[in-house]
Amino acid sequence: MTAGAGTAAAGRVRHFASRFRYYWRELTGEATYDRYVAHTRSCSPDAEVMTRREFERSRTDAQEADPREGFRCC
Amino acid sequence: MSEPTPTPPTTTPPEDARRLTPKAIAGWSLVAVIGAVGWVVLALARGEEVSAVWMLAAALGSYAIAYRFYAKWIQYKVLKADRTRATPAERLNNGVDFHPTDRRVLFGHHFAAVAGAGPLVGPILAAQMGYLPGTIWIVAGVIFAGAVQDMVVLFFSTRRDGRSLGQIARDEIGPLGGAAALVAVFMIMIILLAVLALVIVNALADSPWGVFSIGMTIPIALFMGFYLRTLRPGRVTEVSLIGVALLLLAIVAGGWVAESSLADTFTLEAGTLVIWMVIYGFVASVLPVWMLLAPRDYLSTFMKVGTIVLLAVGVVIALPTLQMEGVTKFAFEETGPVFAGSLFPFVFITIACGALSGFHALVSSGTTPKMIQKETQVRMIGYGAMLTESFVAIMALICACIIDPGLYFAMNAPAGVIGTTVESASQAVAGLGFSISPNDLAQAAKDVEEASLLSRTGGAPTFALGMSEIFSSVIGGAGLKAFWYHFAIMFEALFILTTVDAGTRVGRFMLQDMLGNVYKPMKDVSWKPGVWIASAVVVGGWGYFLWVGVHDPLGGINQLFPLFGIANQLLAAVALAVCTTLLVKSGRLKYAWITAVPLAWDAAVTLTASWQKVFSGDPAVGFFSQRAKYQDGIEAGEVLPPAKSMDDMHTVVTNSTVDGVLSILFAVLIIIVLADAARVCYKVIRDPQSAKLAEVKYVESKLVAPDGMFPTQREKAELAAVGAASEPADGDGGRS
Repeated sequence: MTAGAGTAAAGRVRHFASRFRYYWRELTGEATYDRYVAHTRSCSPDAEVMTRREFERSRTDAQEADPREGFRCC
Repeated sequence: MSEPTPTPPTTTPPEDARRLTPKAIAGWSLVAVIGAVGWVVLALARGEEVSAVWMLAAALGSYAIAYRFYAKWIQYKVLKADRTRATPAERLNNGVDFHPTDRRVLFGHHFAAVAGAGPLVGPILAAQMGYLPGTIWIVAGVIFAGAVQDMVVLFFSTRRDGRSLGQIARDEIGPLGGAAALVAVFMIMIILLAVLALVIVNALADSPWGVFSIGMTIPIALFMGFYLRTLRPGRVTEVSLIGVALLLLAIVAGGWVAESSLADTFTLEAGTLVIWMVIYGFVASVLPVWMLLAPRDYLSTFMKVGTIVLLAVGVVIALPTLQMEGVTKFAFEETGPVFAGSLFPFVFITIACGALSGFHALVSSGTTPKMIQKETQVRMIGYGAMLTESFVAIMALICACIIDPGLYFAMNAPAGVIGTTVESASQAVAGLGFSISPNDLAQAAKDVEEASLLSRTGGAPTFALGMSEIFSSVIGGAGLKAFWYHFAIMFEALFILTTVDAGTRVGRFMLQDMLGNVYKPMKDVSWKPGVWIASAVVVGGWGYFLWVGVHDPLGGINQLFPLFGIANQLLAAVALAVCTTLLVKSGRLKYAWITAVPLAWDAAVTLTASWQKVFSGDPAVGFFSQRAKYQDGIEAGEVLPPAKSMDDMHTVVTNSTVDGVLSILFAVLIIIVLADAARVCYKVIRDPQSAKLAEVKYVESKLVAPDGMFPTQREKAELAAVGAASEPADGDGGRS
């Protein structure tokens, strides 16, 4: 096996791992906070950004206020 | 709300959608042949055992053809989904609720939201008529009705900034139809919660193993909630892994408890469990979301998706043989012990989720339309996720049909029919035309370490037994059967309890909203007394039916399940009526049949079932003739079996009256919605200019994102052109 093939295989593994990580974080909702930060910063660089703790609290509070959001079916 | 917009210029369907290469023609022909062979084998097999592989071939082949041709045609030709039109996610992007989400991620979210316990229950009960009627309805129903409904509702809600079905009904049909739809949703919620809770109570009664494991999920969830709230907010993966590990430990520990001196403490009878369920439902629904609901939701979603994937793999590896007949005699007689009534309409009522489920319209008009990147993805997400749920229903049917039919009937017939000993059950099953020896019945219970499997109605235990059969044939052999059985019970109980909590909250929210019109403070969701009162009313509502279901001498599931089915199909009728009205109003009259035909079918099924439930002279089917029969008995001073006392007789009379009145109410609601929708359609057909659509104005999309699961050549080129060559770039696709 040449060095080139080895690097290519490692690249593929890395590529696969990064995709898996991306989908995993999106599906579990872990990426939501990062997305919120990115979005808020992109709208205005010095906008106030909630800490992760505040953000996660605001999300469960929103569900509290309107339980229809995120309701699952039978 | 914006002005009505004319239907935008037709978008050219993608090149690749129009032309089929010879290679593609050959490939799709092969798929069609595989599906057709599956159907032929299923339909013609008589007297010999059939492998489940044919059921898989028939279902998957049909799904593939429907998804590729029918759904694609609907998306591009009927809905004229426009990839140049910005969706609410793109226009109103706030990074949280509205946010263009990678289509494959959204498919996952949407599927997790629509698929639950429903598709695991209905098909099991319907198996009493054999595997064929159920299979045909699950597959044909999803292709022509269920998946179409989900997809079209998703499309129209996307065009309306993600408005809910109720709001759309009010905006597009009128206040009367809208109000009827709202009341229908509330009533359905109550019945749904009662039936789901009943399924769990039947599975856990007198089962120390089950009660202990399920009970442990509460401290586990509290711990997870605390962890997410204070220790490490938002770290869902790590806390879920800890949670799942603890959950598996709780299942194993349940086995130890069942054999220890603690067993008696955890052996609860059904009546006691009802009280615990009601207390749990109330407390869980007034506690803060983060404590119990949010962590439970993570756990149950993990377990749900994981188990469904495991089951699919298990079925494919084990390829079990179907023991049940293709069509049993109960398909032609009205005397089925699991539920009474003839094939039409009751198979179509019993199997709702998996074929046509009205509830999905609430999800398709809830979170998903606010996150979809492109209108042209409604096929993949709406239609595709529903096909996947239908596949779950097929697997549930397989689970019910691979176990010994004698055992199936002993588990699913009420105690009033089969008695409470293995000898009486064996005799009663023989009377039904099947056979199983008392020894085999006792052995089956022993295999899964339960005291008894008789009259474990409600579907969950049967499903668990079938699943443990499949899993133990792949991993662990007979020694692990009891573990897998309780694993399956736990998995169903977990998300049913989550639904009980979430559903009570939704019911309470709707009730507060309605009562708020009379007394203002009720509307305020942070006013504690209002929350407690509304919660108590909702819990009291489903708790009443749960109590009745457990104590009904005639058997709770066979009395209540038809009501649940009718209610669910009623909601589907509302959704399909809204879709049809919108198709007519938006100038798509020519194609309105894509939802009008399923609507007509659904209305026929629901109204026939309601009619029979109200007017049938057969006391096993009609609630009022049942009432009359037992009332006469009371007057004559006789106790009619399966009632054992005069008290039982009075219970039957009360229950049949309540159930009968509910059937009438459901039928009236459906007629109101249908009539109001018909009025609107008639008006528009007579005067097309009068149509006022509440659609949001066209805004051009700047996003580039593929339509289907895999990007086509042309879509890849488009993505490359905007520099998003490797998907997923950042989940937003590319921007032009």
